[in-house]
Amino acid sequence: MPMPLELMLVACVVAASSGMPGLVISRRSNAGQWIAAALNVVGSTVGGCGLIAHYFSGTDIQQISRTWSLPLGHFAVGIDGLSAVFLVPILLISALGSIYGLEYWRQSEHPRNGKKLRFCWGLLTAAMMLVVLARDAIVLLMGWEIMALAAFFLVATEDWNIEVRRAAWVFLVAAHVGTLCLFALFGLLRYVNGSFDLWASTSGEIPAWLANTIFVVGMIGFGLKAGIMPLHVWLPGAHANAPSHVSAILSGVLLKAGVYGMIRVAACMPHPPMWWGMTLLVIGSISGILGIAFAVAQHDFKRLLAYSSVENIGIITIGIGLALLGRSAGHSDWIVLGLGGALLHLLNHSLFKPLLFMGAGSVLHAVHTRQSDLLGGLAKFMPRTFALIVIGAMSICGLPPFNGFVSEFLIYIGLFHVSASNAGNAWISAALAAPALAMIGALAVAAFVKLIGGIFCGTPRTETASHAHDPHMLMLVPMVFLAVCCVLIGLLPMTMAGLLQRAIAAWEMSPSSATISIGEFVPLYGFLVVGLLLAVLGFAGAMAIQRLRLRQPSTSAGTWDCGYLRPTSRIQYTGSSLSEMLTKLFGWVLFPKKSIVVLRALFPNQAAFSSETPDTVLDRGVLPPLRAIERAISWIRPIQGGPVQVYLLYVLAALLTLLVFASW
Amino acid sequence: MIAHAFNTLIHLVLLITMPPMLLGVINKTKAWFGGRVGPPVLQLYYDLIRLVQKGMVISTTTTWIFQAGPIITLGAVLLAALLIPFGRFDAPIHFGGDLILFAYLFALGRFFTTAAALDTGSPFEGMGAAREVTFACLSEPALFLAFLVLVKLSGTYSLTPMLHSPMAHTFVTLPVASLLLIGAGLFIIVLAENCRIPVDDPNTHLELTMIHEVMVLDHSGPLLGFILYGASIKLFVLCALLLNVIAPFQSRFAMIDWPMFIVEMLAISVVIGVVESVMARLQMRHVPTLLVSASLLCGFGFLLMLR
Repeated sequence: MPMPLELMLVACVVAASSGMPGLVISRRSNAGQWIAAALNVVGSTVGGCGLIAHYFSGTDIQQISRTWSLPLGHFAVGIDGLSAVFLVPILLISALGSIYGLEYWRQSEHPRNGKKLRFCWGLLTAAMMLVVLARDAIVLLMGWEIMALAAFFLVATEDWNIEVRRAAWVFLVAAHVGTLCLFALFGLLRYVNGSFDLWASTSGEIPAWLANTIFVVGMIGFGLKAGIMPLHVWLPGAHANAPSHVSAILSGVLLKAGVYGMIRVAACMPHPPMWWGMTLLVIGSISGILGIAFAVAQHDFKRLLAYSSVENIGIITIGIGLALLGRSAGHSDWIVLGLGGALLHLLNHSLFKPLLFMGAGSVLHAVHTRQSDLLGGLAKFMPRTFALIVIGAMSICGLPPFNGFVSEFLIYIGLFHVSASNAGNAWISAALAAPALAMIGALAVAAFVKLIGGIFCGTPRTETASHAHDPHMLMLVPMVFLAVCCVLIGLLPMTMAGLLQRAIAAWEMSPSSATISIGEFVPLYGFLVVGLLLAVLGFAGAMAIQRLRLRQPSTSAGTWDCGYLRPTSRIQYTGSSLSEMLTKLFGWVLFPKKSIVVLRALFPNQAAFSSETPDTVLDRGVLPPLRAIERAISWIRPIQGGPVQVYLLYVLAALLTLLVFASW
Repeated sequence: MIAHAFNTLIHLVLLITMPPMLLGVINKTKAWFGGRVGPPVLQLYYDLIRLVQKGMVISTTTTWIFQAGPIITLGAVLLAALLIPFGRFDAPIHFGGDLILFAYLFALGRFFTTAAALDTGSPFEGMGAAREVTFACLSEPALFLAFLVLVKLSGTYSLTPMLHSPMAHTFVTLPVASLLLIGAGLFIIVLAENCRIPVDDPNTHLELTMIHEVMVLDHSGPLLGFILYGASIKLFVLCALLLNVIAPFQSRFAMIDWPMFIVEMLAISVVIGVVESVMARLQMRHVPTLLVSASLLCGFGFLLMLR
């Protein structure tokens, strides 16, 4: 009987090595990519077996611990309910994405960077697995760094493009600021716990300021990776400029590594103060509303999807905040609903966001532009992609009967539970979060109607758009798989209940038998009934229309357009026109830029109009102070001469100084 | 048990037959104010019958989503109508959290209506879609704030007990101020969601100022019939929601309560008709202000619950 954890480690090694055979195979040969994809699928299958074995083993946590020759820590990995939830998307998207990449990033079409991409893809997968399995701070940091570097090289795949390089650098800087915070976090945790062992709840007797510092530092460090609102600066650029299947794994899985850390840090105290949860509720709401508001304003459809990840992380943060409130107030129903909702939303997001990014990739593959305003009418040329993106968009908007609805439902119910109770002043933040979630939902509909309408509806606005076609089967199959998962979870959420239950138990540090089941608060079978009712009503309506059409045949003609005879495709409402009102409403934070040529003379020559919404936080909040700092400390520049040997000398000198200082 | 089945049956019958009448009453009221005779109260029924007998003209630009729009929207509002209690009677479907399903079913309808509008490639319909999605972002929070008041009042998460809770209180224990505030907020939502004056003017087809009517310019025949019928049900459902907040009366006799519900619904239609007669449509740029004030009214209603 193989043990789950051993299977996981095997999967980890297989994934890490998946890109390596390709490195030694000729650039022109396609063999490397097939080997890589096969190894990724094998790795994920082995890992999947490990997950199933863990699920049915009934043990709450399984751990391996070995000493090693490194001066710090020891090799400790473990798998519990919470790790299991995060392993699902890693394994799934890694395999599906590598299949998608076979066609999307064919070696013969990308001889220069195909090898690099697949090598880093495997490393990224393995590193993320290591992060969620790690039970020792040093192991986690190693995984974290490999993850950051692999992701950096993946983002920088097309490194001849200045925009791509810029996005990759921003990502790298943000990743290292995050890592710095994690150094501080694990230092503090070691100070408190006396070892680098991870994720044990500290005893409640540490001073409040220390606990608060741990919480804040941890949330900033992991939040930078998760991309909660003020810390999301790296996210839109990286997601938009990476190849689409890389965007899919970044958004669907990499962000979740940050969420994983946030959830673990949130569990570090048995009785956290109320304000922790309330802060997360407020930050989650802000992240959700502003994230999706930025998404609405984007014209680049991959940037739109990237900002929508910020929104979804916001929703997940609301759920975590709710669970923390429950922990503080001793309400296990808040914990079950909040954490259950957050984890389910996280799983859902790792299904529909890769689906949408892969769909966006198919569009990009067909038309070679990310500007949705240049497209239009693709539904006719890419009917399969269109249908899949509609399913993804409905799921991400939380519309019934798909999976996004279930997870948002859990969080809503949790928020209503808080506001119905009279516990302290927790209800204030909950009362704010529920309408905020409603607004997020409405804005998400706006953003995704914009995406669908701008790209797929109407008539093509440019020549290239009318030559689009559905992608190859290798790209369609992973998308179909994800879409089917979205529908199934939406109809049968009870299948996920067991997984969530054990994760909640792991978070509460109680045996899994002791937790209350989600089904006690939410009628899980109701979703199936609702889905079936909707299907029956829709089917009946379609049948009725069909019957009526048989009786009185329909004719086709051009769009009526209020009698306007020669409509051109240019008079159509573009995605940007659709979002113009909303962009104005949120102008106080979006700061949209417009440039317009005013027509003056009687026979004016040419006019042009363009608008864009750059990232406010990055352009106005982060870059100016960083530039000021750069100017202020430019005199220190000479010590950063360039030769690596000098830098190593600095490291040695710093270490020796510290040693001397320590042995004083 | 028999009483329950009977009430469910009446719920369904009213749901299917009565909604178009509300629009007839509204138009009659407006006609009376304008000194006209106006169309018959049953005009929409005649329209619907005629529409389903007609053929359709389908734009060559469109795809399946154009036809799916009206069908799914009608299905969604019908399902939403099964979640709302009519008067003091229970809704046919009720479970913990159905209020969220209620709100999201309207979002489902909105998603498909606006996607179908954009599918025609007509700029007019695009304009309507833009306004629809924009204004929804402001009215949804108001709806949820109103729900929060009812959750707080009833301690439950299902529309039926929530909307019945005002009836269970005596006049002394009833939080009248809160209910009045969310009643006002919900009334604005009813007007906005159903595209009535002062948010939208259902009479001016083809104007650049339209929201709902302009999104369906290209639908014809049975599909248009579906849209009109769905819109009337939406009005009916939201009025029924409002009714439970502003008029929590009951007599305990089904024979009195059902007619009372019908009369109250007609009375609300008259009120809407009066509002439409005495007000002008707001400028489009002022609509967000009105919707934000709906949220504020509901928010204050919630604050008053916290004594």
